[in-house]
Order: sequence, then C-alpha cells, then structure tokens
Amino acid sequence: MTNNNYNPLLIYQANKHLFKRGDVHERLGINMSNDSELLKIQDLYACIDDTSILKGINLEIKPGEIHAIMGRNGSGKTTTANIIMGHPDYEVESGTVELNGKDLLEMETWERAREGVFLSFQYPQAVPGLQVGNFLRKSVAATLGEEAAKGKEFRNKLKESMKELDIPSSFLGRYVNDGFSGGEKKRFEILQLMLMKPKLAILDETDSGLDIDGIRTVAKGINAAIRGTESGALIITHYSRILEHVKPDKIHVLISGKIVKTGGPDLALELEEKGYDWLEGKSES
Amino acid sequence: MTDNEAREVVGDYKAGWHDPENSTIRFDAGLSEQVVRDISELKNEPEWMTEMRVKAFKHFDERPMPTWGNMSMLEEIDFESICYYLRSSKATENDWEDVPEDIRNTFDRLGIPDAEQKWLSGVTAQYESEAVYHSIREDLEKQGVIFLDMDSGLREHEELVKKWFCSVVPYSDNKFSALNTAVWSGGSFIYVPKGVHVELPVQAYFRINAKNMGQFERTLIIADEGSSIHYVEGCTAPTYSTDSLHSAVVELVALPGAHIRYSTVQNWSANVYNLVTKRGIAHEKAKIEWVDGNIGSKLTMKYPSVILKGEGSHAEVISVAYSGSGQHQDAGAKIHHLASNTTSKILSKSISKDGGRGSYRGQVTVSPKAENCKLNVVCDALILDENSRSDTYPTMEVANPTARCEHEASVSKVSDNQLFYLMSRGHSEEEALALIVNGFFEPFTRELPMEYAVELNKLMALEMEGSIG
Repeated sequence: MTNNNYNPLLIYQANKHLFKRGDVHERLGINMSNDSELLKIQDLYACIDDTSILKGINLEIKPGEIHAIMGRNGSGKTTTANIIMGHPDYEVESGTVELNGKDLLEMETWERAREGVFLSFQYPQAVPGLQVGNFLRKSVAATLGEEAAKGKEFRNKLKESMKELDIPSSFLGRYVNDGFSGGEKKRFEILQLMLMKPKLAILDETDSGLDIDGIRTVAKGINAAIRGTESGALIITHYSRILEHVKPDKIHVLISGKIVKTGGPDLALELEEKGYDWLEGKSES
Repeated sequence: MTDNEAREVVGDYKAGWHDPENSTIRFDAGLSEQVVRDISELKNEPEWMTEMRVKAFKHFDERPMPTWGNMSMLEEIDFESICYYLRSSKATENDWEDVPEDIRNTFDRLGIPDAEQKWLSGVTAQYESEAVYHSIREDLEKQGVIFLDMDSGLREHEELVKKWFCSVVPYSDNKFSALNTAVWSGGSFIYVPKGVHVELPVQAYFRINAKNMGQFERTLIIADEGSSIHYVEGCTAPTYSTDSLHSAVVELVALPGAHIRYSTVQNWSANVYNLVTKRGIAHEKAKIEWVDGNIGSKLTMKYPSVILKGEGSHAEVISVAYSGSGQHQDAGAKIHHLASNTTSKILSKSISKDGGRGSYRGQVTVSPKAENCKLNVVCDALILDENSRSDTYPTMEVANPTARCEHEASVSKVSDNQLFYLMSRGHSEEEALALIVNGFFEPFTRELPMEYAVELNKLMALEMEGSIG
C-alpha cells in the first residue's frame, strides 16, 4: 500500500469522465502543471523579525525521492524546514510551497500535518505528563485517522518500529521528550516518522549529537519509512555522515538563503573535502 | 440578568442546567439562632447536637471574616439572601426507583447510577440539604462497614458520632467551620471496622439545584486500626446569575495503621462560593491522602490538612486547581508533624487562564519533639495568558533540627515552540493546549479512579475550547 490513497490526481484519473475540463482545478484544488512533484517550492523569500533569511529558494522533490540540503549554520536550512511546516515566527514574503499541487502556505500547521507533512525537529519539545504511548496513538489518529491508531495492526507496527530503533518498551510510559537524552529524542522523532507514514518527511539535523551507532539506527528508520514508498524526504544536515547511510538522490547546497549548487550523492564527499568556501558567491541561476 | 445571560458570562459549563424546584420544605432566607434551632428540631436531634449548633452559630456571628484568600469576594457574600435549609425529597431511599423522578433524572444525567453499578462499593447522593439516595454493597455491610448519610449516622450511631464529631475540626476553627456546625445537613458518616479493607471506592455526589442555596454537608470518616477506605466525591450546580454557598466540613480519623484516601473533583458552577474545611488526624503508622481537584466555583478557599499525631504516620496532599475567567482558587495544604518519624508530601499544581487567579497557600510545621521528620513540598503553576495570575504563599515552621525539608516551586508558561511541536503532529491549537494542560495535571489524574480521570481530561479539553483567538 502506498500513501497515495487520497491523492487527488489518482482520484481524478480514475474519474476523468466525470469532470468537465476546467472545473477540475477548483474541485480538487490541484494545479495540473505540477502533477509529478511531491513538493514544489518556487521563488521562496522569507524573513524573521524583518531579517531576510530565504532569498529565492527553488526546490522540487518527486515521489520516492530523498533530497538533502547542506549548508553552514545560519544559511537558512532550518528556516526552510520551519516554513514548510508553518512555524508562526517566520514570515513568507513571496513565493509558493506546494504539496501534490496543494498550497501549503494557506494551511495551518496541523492541516499540513494531516496533509502528510512531517518534521523531525532539531530540538524536540518536552511535554511533561503526556505519555509517549498516548501521544503516539493520538498523533497517528490525528494524521491517519482513528482507525489507523486502533487494534493489533497498530500495536504490531509500534512494537516492530521500536525494535528497529532499539527503543525499549518501558519508553511508552515516559513523558514526551521529558528528561530524554539527545539520542533518545532523535530516535523518538524517527519512531513518530515510522508510525505516521507522512508523504513528505523533513529531517532537521536529525544526525546532530548522535554517535555513529545512533546515526546508523536513525538512518535505518528513515530508509524503512521512505524507501520503496511514494513518500519523499528532505534531509537537512551540515555533515555528510548521515548521507552515507541514507543515500540521497540529490544534494542542494544552501548559502545565505539561496541554493547555489545541486548535485548527486557525490557532492557530499566533495563538500567534506573542500568545505563551503569555494561555493561562496555562486548561484545556480 | 437572566439565567441565559448568566450562562454566557460564565461560559460553557456542562452541568449548568437546573430543574424546576419542587421543595417539600424550604426555609426563608437568612440566618438566626431560631433558624438553627428549627433545623435541629426538624431533624429531631438529641439536645447535645442542638446546643452545639447554637454555640457554633454564636461563634460564627461574632467571628470576623478571614483576612486571607480573597477578601473582596468574601465581602460580597450576602448571608441574609441565602436559604439555609431546603428539602426536596421526603426520605433517603436505597433504590433509585423510589427517588422522586425529577431528582433521579438529575443524577441519571450526571451518570451516578451507572457508575455505582460499574465500579463503586457504595453511593450517597445529596440534593440540596438532604441525601436522597443511599446504598452500600451487602458484603461490606456484613463486615460491619457503616456508610450512611450523616443524619442517619447521628440517629443510628449516636455514641460514635458524639465521640468524634468536631474532634478533628472544632466549630471554632474558623468562621465557616462554625457556620457549617450551626446549620449542617447531609454529608456522609463512615466507620470501617478493624482490619477491613474496602477495595472499591465509595462515592458521594453533591448537587445544588436551587438558587441562592446554601449547602452545608458534614462528613466524618473513621477508619479503625489496620483498615482502609477510598472515598470519592464529586459536585456540580446549575449556573445562576446569583451566588450560592457551599461550606462543608470533613473530618477524617485514621486510627493506628489505617489508610484513608479522600478524592475530590469539585466542579461547581462559577457562581458558587466553595469554602470548605477538610482535616484528618493520623494516628501511629496511619496514612491519610487528600487528592483534591478544584475546577469550578467562583471562589474556593480550601486547604486540606493532616495532623500527624502518631509516630511513623504519613500524609499526602495532591491537588490541582484550574482558574478561568472570574474565578479565584485559593487552595493548598496544611500538615502538622507532631510525632517522630512522620513523613509528608505536598504536590500542588495550578493553571490560570482568561484572567483567572490561582493561589497556593500552604503551611507545614514540625513540632520541637518530632524527631526525624521528612517533608516535601512541590508547587507548580502554569499560566496560559498575560491576564491571569498565580501566587504562592508557602510557610514552613520547623522547630526540630533533625527534620529533612524539601521545597520546590515553579511557574511556567506554554511556549510557542511546544504548541508548534504538537501541531506539527496533526493536533489543532486547542487540542495541543489540552494535551499540555492535561499533561501538567497528570500527576494528579493518575491518582484518581480511571472514570474520574477520563472525566477530568474531557473537562479540561472543554475548558481549552474557544480559547484560541
């Protein structure tokens, strides 16, 4: 099963004869010109507190693809992630962000989540008193529907995923991110990813603060959630190490709010060797 | 102001409906020695009780208002407009079928008969001044457990009542304990014999239906040596534009080795003054726990307390308070360590929202003779917006140097990042807030019977609705 049960395009294709040309856009809220992109970002400009951070981002991810954004601290990587998810502190000045042709910028954060966007946080927030098991059930119910959070199937998937991530079952009784070590927080983010089966997973510095075993474990989780599905992922990192375990289809280099270079997996090695200085002042366009 | 308008003012309160008042006896509003004597005569009480009521009334009359809590709200109470006795049913029944239909419907809507069947050892339901329904499981009765409404307790077990009544909370303790002693009616009387463990909780449910009503129930629980009992109480009232007064006194006696747990979820409508005195005495190696939740009312002043009289006894007070618009919850705990090797724990959590005010007021004392006592106080406040307020008034008087005291206090706000995190998991802003708030109360809710915990979580989710602008 793919995650595309509700893909308006599939519905459209199956019911083509029912629609007159022209009213399709309105009825399904899709833009036919974008039909092959999972995520499409066009000319995105954004700021925080009047400080301009993103200066014209263009990015397209197709179903099943994993992309990486690399760049130094302050280049706008986390801003990009937060804007896709809808963090209230950022202001979009111009540009568009679409998921399967739907305008994400028009949606509230929780609507984006229900639409299939997932963000693995760099700094996951603690919610004292909210038990992990309860939170997982509620979050799966909120995004995939009540039925998906019930019964044996959910419990098995939960058990399986926890095993894959080396998370002990006692974890379910703890409070969300409360007193978690850095590594536990990251593994918990990936556990949520595996259960919520989003269409688009954004992983913000998921590798930071992890040792090599930790990186291997979370990489296993990411691969399990994305590879072989119609979902896509955007990995944000400033190290190439995680990319050895989750092979990206494309790597984008972000400098001062602009993508200055896009390449294949080998670009990570090049960056490892040469750093970012040689790309300073360059622009793809 | 009509009742509908009043409802708008106090917000969405689920238990705010009221039934037509069909009273069989209703006293005129106002309080005097004659009213006190009339209540006692109506109940056909022994003379010692009448005299105690009259003494208490005189004390109430002379005693000034408390000088803490919320003095301006206290000054607004009009004692002359309150009805001090109202009876809607002729008798206390032990079959719901015999309870007058309108009253039975009220308790049906509140889910009491249903809960009784599923998970309780016994139930008492009080409507206005009198218990209208009462029952206890047969097996407990056979073991000698007494669970009656207080009036029946006095009639059927006068010696026990005479021995313990006012022994824990003297009528002169404070103005409102004097008022309660003068006009008390209803409440529960419980005696658990030596070594008997009442496994399932017993429940009392208090409902005020009439306008300008005063409810003054009186509860006395005696747990004999090595016995245990869990008592839970709930309460609601209709939403009126005029105020009602609820002023209860609860006395607990835990004899050596006994264990009493007393759980409350108070959800009075926002026009009820809730001024309650709750105190227990713990004898040697006994344990008393107050699990106290205050969600409703206009002003609550309540400080469940424990006197640790016997060596090795233990006290716990776990409380939460939610103050919304126009509400002030002045709640806390008092614990007195009179004996050696006694231990106590206070956990207080308060949430204020929409201009509500929450105060923690606590007092812990250790007497000079009490060696090796341990006490732990934690109070946490969560403030949901700029207009709301939280205060802490902790007092510790430790007169023995061997005591080990710990005190922690925290005030926090819900951060945008916390909300964003939860919203990114598909939860709307209101749902996210409810998850945070219920998490904050979790150390309290996990101590409640499951049915109550579920209710409380739903209640708080309702409170969070419509809170996002």
